[in-house]
Amino acid sequence: MPRLSYRRALTRALADELARDEAVFLLGEDVRVGASLVTTGLAKRFGAERVRDTPLSEQAFTSFATGAALAGLRPVVEFQIPSLLFLVFEQIVNHAHKFPLMTGGQCSVPVTYLVPGSGSRTGWAGQHSDHPYSLFAHVGVVTVVPATPADAYGLLVTAIRHDDPVVVFAPAGAMDVRDDVDDLTPVPLGRGRIHRFGDDVTVVAIGHLVHDALAVAEELADQVSVEVFDPRTLYPFDIDGLTESVARTGRLVVLDDGNRSCGMAAEIIASVVERVRLLAPPRRVTRPDGAVLPFAPALDRAVQPGRDQLATAIHLTLKDGS
Amino acid sequence: MTDADPVRLYRTVRLIRRFEERAVELVHGGQIVGGIHPYLGQEGIAAGVCAALGADDVLAGTHRGHGHVLARGADPARMLAELCGRVTGLNAGRGGSMHAADLSIGVLGANAIVGASGAIITGAVWAHRRRGRDTVGVSFFGDGAVNEGMLLEAFNLAALWRVPVLFVCENNGYATTMPVAGAVAGSIAGRAAAFDIPAVRVDGQDPETVRVAACAAVDRMRAGGGPELIEARTYRFDVHHTFEHAVRLDDYRPPDEVTRGRVRDPVRIQGERLADADRAAVDAEVEATLDAAVRFALDSPEPDPAEALTYLYASGLTARTGGG
Ligand SMILES: Cc1ncc(C[n+]2csc(CCOP(=O)(O)OP(=O)(O)O)c2C)c(N)n1
Ligand SMILES: [Mg+2]
Repeated sequence: MPRLSYRRALTRALADELARDEAVFLLGEDVRVGASLVTTGLAKRFGAERVRDTPLSEQAFTSFATGAALAGLRPVVEFQIPSLLFLVFEQIVNHAHKFPLMTGGQCSVPVTYLVPGSGSRTGWAGQHSDHPYSLFAHVGVVTVVPATPADAYGLLVTAIRHDDPVVVFAPAGAMDVRDDVDDLTPVPLGRGRIHRFGDDVTVVAIGHLVHDALAVAEELADQVSVEVFDPRTLYPFDIDGLTESVARTGRLVVLDDGNRSCGMAAEIIASVVERVRLLAPPRRVTRPDGAVLPFAPALDRAVQPGRDQLATAIHLTLKDGS
Repeated sequence: MTDADPVRLYRTVRLIRRFEERAVELVHGGQIVGGIHPYLGQEGIAAGVCAALGADDVLAGTHRGHGHVLARGADPARMLAELCGRVTGLNAGRGGSMHAADLSIGVLGANAIVGASGAIITGAVWAHRRRGRDTVGVSFFGDGAVNEGMLLEAFNLAALWRVPVLFVCENNGYATTMPVAGAVAGSIAGRAAAFDIPAVRVDGQDPETVRVAACAAVDRMRAGGGPELIEARTYRFDVHHTFEHAVRLDDYRPPDEVTRGRVRDPVRIQGERLADADRAAVDAEVEATLDAAVRFALDSPEPDPAEALTYLYASGLTARTGGG
């Protein structure tokens, strides 16, 4: 089986879709040279017309993509930094997302926003380390956060083929994950994946944190049987899949690299407790409220959800429920 | 209030040059995490512009911001401590390279969002003047920033409300890998002209030329004039960001262009205006200052992870932590 890195899986998905569909094109800063190391080689293969370097004009090129989508193309817009999404929130939410309804169904806006290296890259500090996926889930833009190379490939392909805007977060903490992948296929939106089956507690982990959850599950294997659920898509969320899991384990812990207040973890917990009677209060491990990532590496780590916190949360749910 | 002393101007460019070279070494040594955008080759701009400023003036910089902070007079030891993430740093280790700030001397900070500082400095200058000060401000930005709507909106506000901001475009020919010709329709000076903002283009490799242009603009602004723009042509001698030392991107700058670009060296150009003995004395003093700065930075304690969120809210509001 060939080993594939998460980063190369993204490259492969872009190349396959550019090759498959003439309507697909790529837009962003330094995509020709491939400063993100994701678009490397694509300009040579597909030409500068379809792999377009933009000036530093995020707001304009984000809405340019909306216009191109209204005219029948399928743009993929790359953002070098997760925090640039704050800059273009207006363009995505107020325009791309709203056009189909506001026009009474006259159009669709099939744009993919790709964010390679979301979350902390350690040392990039306050304005380059955000992980704002919950904002997009909140406004109802399709939001995916793949954890593995196969899912990175499959979800990016599906995003590009999807008829509504999709934000694809590729966490910095997952970019160098490698896996044996024999079969690259599209992955459906809104379908979670159980990476490890267990009986005592369901841990929902998002993006790169799936790997931390698996490591903790393994570490605790002789004390507790942990099921690891990876939603893969945050909006629309696979609540049926998660409900099925929690109905079996009776306990829920969510590991989420977003801020606590109004975050994904809060939404996931609320959706589950509406449907399932838990054996113990659910718990979440998140960034703090209002988190701004401080520069110093030890502080940067302290603000991100970690394995120790997850292990503690698992122990506490077990204790609470016994 | 302006500083025409060629020795001091030389000291500033030399200090920034050697600071940056030391910082690059510390990046390679792992003491600075996350890397830096070196200001190497562009020292004459920060030095020349800051020599035109007075004590009440304010500035805001860029992601390539060390030079602006140092030229304004921040303590190199505390600046280096900041880059190393230490509590003794200018920002108590919370900001790092791209957010280094020293409000006590009017440095509102480097800024990691391209094009963001122009509007901030415009508001700051406007407010200082309302409060009775004779403040002028400087907004530094790169050639890439002139394509950000935010910056052009700041041009409009500053011109419309006659806020004395000196917009300084450091045109080093590239925004990361994108050449100016591939990104800028019209011209940089032309953008200023559209708002009736007077603009000049100067040789950014000559610190004295920059200083003279900045002094002239600051004089006009203090006499009641509105914003002005200086486009300083320059060349970055090294990488966009030190990650390129580890991962080589393709030759987006032709090698012979790099060789030619490095010929006009602001440190050498200003140094040649000094007697050999004066230059040697400055060099020795700068070296001693930086030796002490490196020691200070590396000997300083790292912040306590339990205090990761200190300073989050000026009001003293305490955030819920994210723990289980
Ligand atoms: C709004 C925004 N877009 C993109 C980036 C990523 N980025 C950081 S520096 C840079 C290039 C800036 O070019 P320029 O303004 O010419 O400054 P230089 O780096 O040449 O000094 C880019 C694209 C960013 N930090 N902020
Ligand atoms: Mg530039």
